Amino acid sequence: MKRKHQESLTSIAILSPSIITLAIFVYGFISRSVQISMLDWDTFANFMRKAKDYVGLENYISLFTESRFQTDLWNTLYFTLFFIIGCLAIGILLSLILNNKPRGGYFFQNLYLFPMAISFVVTGTVWRWIFAPGRLPNNPRGINLLFEQLGLQNLQWGWFTSTNSFLGFNVALIAVIIAAIWQYSGYTMAMWLAGLRGIDQQLIEAARIDGASKWQIFTKILFPIQKPITLSAIIVLAHVSLKAFALIYAMTGSGPNNVTDIPAVYMFEATFRSNRYSTGSAIAIVLLMMVGLLIIPYLVNSFKEE
Amino acid sequence: MDDKMTTQEKITRYAVLIVFAIFFLIPMYVLISTSLKSFSEVSINTMWQLPSSISIEGFKEAFAKLAPNVLNSFYLVIPATLFSAILGSLNGYVLSHWKFKGSDTLFALILFGMFIPYQSILFPLVQFMQTIGLYGSIPGLILVHVVYGLPITTLMFRNYYQDVPDALTEAAKVDGANIFSIYRHIFFPISIPSFVVVFIWQFTNIWNEFLFAVTLTDTQSQPITVALTNLAGSQVVEWNVQMSGAIITALPTLLVYIIFGRYFIKGMLAGSVKG
Repeated sequence: MKRKHQESLTSIAILSPSIITLAIFVYGFISRSVQISMLDWDTFANFMRKAKDYVGLENYISLFTESRFQTDLWNTLYFTLFFIIGCLAIGILLSLILNNKPRGGYFFQNLYLFPMAISFVVTGTVWRWIFAPGRLPNNPRGINLLFEQLGLQNLQWGWFTSTNSFLGFNVALIAVIIAAIWQYSGYTMAMWLAGLRGIDQQLIEAARIDGASKWQIFTKILFPIQKPITLSAIIVLAHVSLKAFALIYAMTGSGPNNVTDIPAVYMFEATFRSNRYSTGSAIAIVLLMMVGLLIIPYLVNSFKEE
Repeated sequence: MDDKMTTQEKITRYAVLIVFAIFFLIPMYVLISTSLKSFSEVSINTMWQLPSSISIEGFKEAFAKLAPNVLNSFYLVIPATLFSAILGSLNGYVLSHWKFKGSDTLFALILFGMFIPYQSILFPLVQFMQTIGLYGSIPGLILVHVVYGLPITTLMFRNYYQDVPDALTEAAKVDGANIFSIYRHIFFPISIPSFVVVFIWQFTNIWNEFLFAVTLTDTQSQPITVALTNLAGSQVVEWNVQMSGAIITALPTLLVYIIFGRYFIKGMLAGSVKG
């Protein structure tokens, strides 16, 4: 009994550097952000006075009534939605083809995955070059120039500088979504491929002998089996999209009328560019809660299964 | 399986694979062809063409500007990767084979740190780093990456060690080995593959990271990712220099991917929740 007790103490001692730092860096700092979000630290003077004048949820209320933040929420919603759909569609399609081990498949697989090794900052730099529209109609550049040279002028448009929107979807986001899909669809492919390789081939063979079409095999067998993997991929991708700060920062910034703005960019500007510390903290906490809504049910579920 | 396919099906499949290969390679084409142009050739009308003659002007200028930042990134990434891997390995070892009352809850509390958006800790973190005098320095950034890397490294090692049978630890205990000697003689030696996966994962992530880098450093200590975005800020956009800079930024992690692809994919499948 005494030995057991001593063992526990040693275990805790080994863990203690991690426990202490994470207690401060995660839990302490989140609490601090919550506190600042409820103070009136939206001017440098108030911040310097360290005034403890609590305003309750006022910062949150003004945030949600502000048009920039509303735009940010719509942008996040549509960005996440199309980003996930795009990555899943492309990733699953490629994994199904590659699972048949075509000649040269290994080469293609590695090719589709390499963007995962690159920084969002690099991705943003290159895709900004591609999608920067130039001055239409006379001085197109990037992809618009390519369209002109191919005689496809009617495909030219403002890309990430466009201020058009449909049902709250700022079409400028399309350019950013393509860049993000370019970076992450290989990830979905790898997840699906890993799952497909574990499926018993006899199962598929049996279905084929029973006369099932390829589409039926996909919808009735493969997709249901791969559901947990697909769900994990969705969670990861949603998580990535909420944190796409570096991509937007390097590629477009907030854009005209905030068409490509997201909460993470607004948070950065509020906190580090315009001394609105309380607004910045409130945005940060909203982001945390959005991630929480997404992750907690997923985690509870996977812990139960374990 | 290939033999059961009709020729038409085969052609369709390769067409799809090739179309996507082009999509994935366009940015690479842009990067390489633009980076090898001279400034006079980066004019708008020829932007999609290959350089008429190869010029390393862009690389020279990008390297002159970015060399200190490349060094900063290495100074940052190597120690941060090492420390977070070693600590993660110890944590994973304890949390899988020396469980105590509440250790599972503790593990969950540690894991939570990898799911948070870092915006939610960012401003207090900056203030804290200023208070302890590490703001704007590379050691400060190392500390931050080690701490926020702990959840994922702990998870990866714990999952790896969980497959080691308890009987092994018990037998070693009977022979008089203690928690440290069991780690040194049994667990550490068998976890080399796991270390490789974690090293590659942490190296890539920390090298590519931007948010902490841009908020916690000054001009002296900026890693390469921040310096690359600053290149864009100048008056005339010298695209050849920027693309050269982007290649310099991407090259170390791309090389890691090319050389250690298999381990990279393992790490990605295990730890990509961190994003």
